[in-house]
Amino acid sequence: MAIELGHFALVLAVAMALVTAGLGLTLWRGAAWVTGFARQAAILQFVLVGIAFAALIQAFAVSDFSLALAFENSHSDQPLIYKITSTWGNHEGSILLWVFILTLFGGAVAAFGRNLPRDLLTLALAMQSLLVAAFGGFALFTSNPFARLNPVPIEGRDLNPILQDIGLAIHPPLLYVGYVGFSVCFSFAVAALISGRIDAAWARWVRPWTLASWLFLTLGIAMGSYWAYYELGWGGWWFWDPVENASFMPWLAGTALLHSALVMEKRGALKIWTIFLAIITFSLSLLGTFLVRSGILTSVHSFASDPTRGIVILSLLAAVIGGAFVLFAWRAPALSTGGLFAPVSREGALVLNNLFLATATAAVLVGTLYPLVLDAATGMRISVGAPFFNLTFSILMTPLLVVMPFGPFLAWKRGDLLAVTGRLAAAVAVALAATVIAFLLSGFEVPLAALGFFLGFWVMIGALADLADRVRAGRIPPGDSFRRLAGLPRSAWSTAIAHFGLGMSVIGIVCASSFSTENITTLHRGEATSLSGYSVTLASEQSLAGPNYDADRITLSVTAPGGMTRDVSSEKRVYRASSQPTTEAGILTYGLSQLYIAVGDPSDGGHVVRIWYKPFVLLIWLGAVVMAMAGALSLTDRRLRIGAPARKRHTAGAVE
Amino acid sequence: MKLTRKHKRLGIIAGLGVVLAIAAGLILYALNDQIVFFYSPADLREKNVAIGQPIRVGGLVETGSWLREGEHNSFVISDGAEVTKVTYTGILPDLFREGQGVIAEGALLADGSFAATSVLAKHDENYMPKEVADAIKARGEWRDPVEN
Repeated sequence: MAIELGHFALVLAVAMALVTAGLGLTLWRGAAWVTGFARQAAILQFVLVGIAFAALIQAFAVSDFSLALAFENSHSDQPLIYKITSTWGNHEGSILLWVFILTLFGGAVAAFGRNLPRDLLTLALAMQSLLVAAFGGFALFTSNPFARLNPVPIEGRDLNPILQDIGLAIHPPLLYVGYVGFSVCFSFAVAALISGRIDAAWARWVRPWTLASWLFLTLGIAMGSYWAYYELGWGGWWFWDPVENASFMPWLAGTALLHSALVMEKRGALKIWTIFLAIITFSLSLLGTFLVRSGILTSVHSFASDPTRGIVILSLLAAVIGGAFVLFAWRAPALSTGGLFAPVSREGALVLNNLFLATATAAVLVGTLYPLVLDAATGMRISVGAPFFNLTFSILMTPLLVVMPFGPFLAWKRGDLLAVTGRLAAAVAVALAATVIAFLLSGFEVPLAALGFFLGFWVMIGALADLADRVRAGRIPPGDSFRRLAGLPRSAWSTAIAHFGLGMSVIGIVCASSFSTENITTLHRGEATSLSGYSVTLASEQSLAGPNYDADRITLSVTAPGGMTRDVSSEKRVYRASSQPTTEAGILTYGLSQLYIAVGDPSDGGHVVRIWYKPFVLLIWLGAVVMAMAGALSLTDRRLRIGAPARKRHTAGAVE
Repeated sequence: MKLTRKHKRLGIIAGLGVVLAIAAGLILYALNDQIVFFYSPADLREKNVAIGQPIRVGGLVETGSWLREGEHNSFVISDGAEVTKVTYTGILPDLFREGQGVIAEGALLADGSFAATSVLAKHDENYMPKEVADAIKARGEWRDPVEN
């Protein structure tokens, strides 16, 4: 009964969305009731899809195998948390989660948008509803999560064991909030194109949504990367797999959007480009969710897929993305260009940022889609792997990181590069010193790592230098500086913190990719091997039974260079329902570094053991978390909150 | 000469153009140099693949061919027409099994065998890498997998 109720709620939501879209897109110039209707309808869609999603979760939680989806992707022996996460551990359920978040954002726009101009709000809500109708309809017609089975099977087929992990509870919802949040930017961009209302205020309204989506996407990607790292047992944290690229592209474009919207908000320039980025970012999010799900690209993430769906997905993507670009081509030339600026200026630096981010996005897009195009055109089967991405990406990111600390120092409109360089001289010196020290400590092994170290330290210290410069550290008494520090606007803090976080990730990436060490050997009980000063002994082996799997647990005792000994275990599990094996790697954390141990099947009474030592690897994800926190801090800045009137600057420290 | 607005704008556009041209050149260069081609065992026989060039091979693991000696593995993959011997040092993926499709990345050795640096098997039980399925179909050796 609950399942039919959920199904019905979804049908109703799609119908409601269609009506809202039709009404809003035709009558947006009209009376106030249209806006009122669109707002109510957006909230109602959220409630209805919420009911549908709750019904689905409930069926999974109680293992109702009359639901075909629960039968295929769940098992009554799974712990409750994995029963619930099974809801979105499959194609149909994940699409419903996607639509649910879409309505969540539509509802949020309706709830917080009271102060927006009526026509813009109506159009944005209508666009959001159109997306709900399109993708809700897609769920209903091609991937209905509510299909029933008769007769009811006694037991389900179990969720893919690799997904039975807490990561599934965190990673997809975070990532989807990020992806789908950009739909708001998209809807606002389309609304702006239709209504012709594109000004600095538009950028101010859109920025919080961009920030929120960006911060969730950052967390989602970082979480996904860490999950893949500890679960897949390859010891890698980024594989340039098509689906990783698919999540990375909207992140790159979204980061560019965040920066260009800043220029538009403060200076009224880059309007057309910002609108373009808003459309591109959501288009890439769509590509990310659906191209990979369609089975067109093979990836570790594609769920078992039905080829007819692929055609529908492609047509849907073509309609949404193509439609938006046609509108863009038609309306954008009519937009007035905004404030002028010299090449050397804050705007100029942000343009440079956008240029490199956009080019990097294009490089990733080319690398991801090139195999498809080549296969279709010539029948040649190729894969574009890590070497391509590492090469193009590092070359494109190097200048971006070099320029980054200059940006916040430059004045709007016209900056003085010479003066800024002077103010940054101390930061350059400190970054160079840190690089030399790091390089000495690392033993000169990888010359290129020195460049990476410098970039990372330079970005981190440049961010600190920005804060120091704003509070005139060293030029006024320290007490005054601290008072100024407390008075700095939160947006200034968040810029510095986000850039600092990026520097942390860069250092982590350099260390993990240049200085990781690895050892593959066969160990019998009591035998030891060593790696980077850590001694690893195979201590014991025991069989144990988990809730829905049997495991072989191999415990190893690890003695660190300091003499401290700790135990870690790696498990080989076989899930009973699917008899599918998985490996749980054993990971020991030492400060920011990790020792990563994967154990293979027994052979000749021993076990193949693969051990990695990954120095400072945790910095990669910590940096991302710091970036996301900076985004959250910026969201709380009063000046950026929707509808908040521009406050006069009375704090002396709030010098831009 | 005084810089007019027009000059400034032209300067910016020229600068952007140069950066984009360099980026495009870089991407094309990397595409030519860094892509990895996929071969089936029969392709390996027919086409002249240079020894040591990084490539991917894929096929079904022949039943009874998997030999293990500690961390050293060797197995034979087949596309129905030809076979290639693959060697790999390390831990094979959990889903590596005889009779199933795998993709190995690595390079050919002088003796005609393939030294893999990584071996991929999919998460899914019934997974057959698309490249492997296509290669087997192209050889006319395709049989529909039994439903579960």
